[in-house]
Amino acid sequence: MRRGKTEKEIPRKRRVDIRSYRSQAGPRAYVEDPRELSPDQKKNMLSAGVDPSQKGRSGTYIQMDHDVVHANSLYPGLEVMSSTQALKQYEWLDNYFWKLVPVDTDEFTGQARIQPHHGYFLRALPGVKAAYPLQACLFINDDNIIQNVHNIIIAEEGSDLQVITGCATASDVRRGLHIGISEFFVRKGARLTFTMIHDWAEDVSVRPRTAALVEEGGTFLSNYICLKPVKDLQMYPKAELVGRGAVARYNSMLFAHPGSHLDAGSRVILKAEGSRAEVVARAVSAGGDIIARGHLKGEAKGIKAHLECRGLMVAAKGLIHAIPELEGTVEGVELSHEAAVGRIARDEIEYLMARGLSQGEAQAAIVRGFLDTSIMGLPDPLQKEVDKAITVCEKEMF
Amino acid sequence: MLKIKNLTVKVSGKEVLTDINLDIRKGQRMALLGPNGSGKTSLLMAIMGFSDYRITRGDIIFNGKRINDLSIDERARSGIGVMFQRPPSIRGVKTRQMVQLIKRDGFDIDRDAEELKLKEFLDRDINLGFSGGELKRSELLQLVAGSPRLSLFDEPESGVDLENTVLVGRVMNRILDRDKDNAALIITHTGFIFDYVEPDEGCVLVGGRVHCMGDPKEILETIKKHGYGWCVTCEGERLKRKSRGKGG
Repeated sequence: MRRGKTEKEIPRKRRVDIRSYRSQAGPRAYVEDPRELSPDQKKNMLSAGVDPSQKGRSGTYIQMDHDVVHANSLYPGLEVMSSTQALKQYEWLDNYFWKLVPVDTDEFTGQARIQPHHGYFLRALPGVKAAYPLQACLFINDDNIIQNVHNIIIAEEGSDLQVITGCATASDVRRGLHIGISEFFVRKGARLTFTMIHDWAEDVSVRPRTAALVEEGGTFLSNYICLKPVKDLQMYPKAELVGRGAVARYNSMLFAHPGSHLDAGSRVILKAEGSRAEVVARAVSAGGDIIARGHLKGEAKGIKAHLECRGLMVAAKGLIHAIPELEGTVEGVELSHEAAVGRIARDEIEYLMARGLSQGEAQAAIVRGFLDTSIMGLPDPLQKEVDKAITVCEKEMF
Repeated sequence: MLKIKNLTVKVSGKEVLTDINLDIRKGQRMALLGPNGSGKTSLLMAIMGFSDYRITRGDIIFNGKRINDLSIDERARSGIGVMFQRPPSIRGVKTRQMVQLIKRDGFDIDRDAEELKLKEFLDRDINLGFSGGELKRSELLQLVAGSPRLSLFDEPESGVDLENTVLVGRVMNRILDRDKDNAALIITHTGFIFDYVEPDEGCVLVGGRVHCMGDPKEILETIKKHGYGWCVTCEGERLKRKSRGKGG
């Protein structure tokens, strides 16, 4: 498996020392109704797209630090539980763990193996199509702890599953380390729409290790939104399209505040004939660093894939480094990319100012437009929820 | 309402307007005629304060206050509005959102968008892929929303078919008629818009200088007969006569 930078290659000041975090936390009590959580917790969950009222949701999983505080499905045919509970319930599930993300990938996968703290198990049974998304929240409530989760999502044959995942911290949390192993299985003709919103704190380090397997005629749509400050994030999720006509699309909306370092990419390996992929990233640096990676590998005839990265520098400092990679190994692949890093056009700002918007308001309107989530192709109810979460985030963007 | 005194403007070091003097009174509709590249749009951009248009001499006074040093948005908020000829498109910023941000009290977005045949454009990125006529109508919708005291119209009829020119004219009148003191500077090089919005004074800009002031329809007729070149000569003759008169 190709990897991003290993931890040893990362400059010392950003290197994560696992031992510097507390491995003990909690305990956190289970709640029958997520509305029983504290107002501060609920507020922070909402800004990551997780609604404790469960309005417009098909089910909810909430994990706080190392404990499952709520897991419940509201829709027949959708399963929601912790991955540890699921392992007890389903013997076959053992084969799904570490199948797509090798356990020896790096020290973080190793750490998640040695000291696992649950994670979610979400599954749509064959043919089940739910109009509303499941929601999952991985919450850090204690300062300076490490949270290692292992998540499994299975969209069984012909199902349609939407998931909105919010990762957040309590307001008084400053430092922490989140390691998230996620393995997604999109079976024949199934569709998984996975939307992840990150709302961490200024000194939280985040190391997701995610991979998806998409079978014949399956569609995997992955959206990632990170608009709030975070110390550093490093992730390079991968989708393998192994069945004819499988489709993957990754959209990322990244906003780097001063002091934030986001190293985020998306990789698709097109292994089956006629499979298609699209990777779209929008990156805004308001003083922080963004490494926007993308890698498309065509290994079968008649595949088609496109990579697009657009970056916007809105402060005097900061960095946007777009690294698109295309790799074809057989005849008849069609791979393309486009990347652009620039600043906001002055004529656009002045145009809005001529309508009476201040320079700051004009800039904010243009940046919000640049991070337009309508390009994600989300189902209507999910789009509304994502927009709601983004509106909350935007208040802190400028 | 707007007084321009001895205004000289440079763009990228090149003088594009020289010693302009112009006075638009309250309630007045001033037509500004001139050939392509004569500096009409530059004058409008300088009045609005766009950064490429550097004032090297002279003053712009709006409602008794010198506005040379005000930012673009301060000028807009003080009551100056523009209908641009070639507005930029902005990805992700929807027309509806834009109008909501700038609207003054009493503006009904759906009613006005309906009148300007723009309902289906409200949720599209502003100006992106709009035709010539759609751009004009979108610009007008924003002007209606902002309800300026002084409107600067830059070639409101260019690229617009006849039916839509009637519509553009009607909405321009509505903006101006909202208050008897509302004034306008209407840039045109064809004068077609005069059939719908009647100006009460006209001036001609050629080579970055004002050459003639007077009845706009007369000026237009003269230009149709003799071309803009004549305006320059005409003013030359007038000045000569004036100086001869002084001398005699």
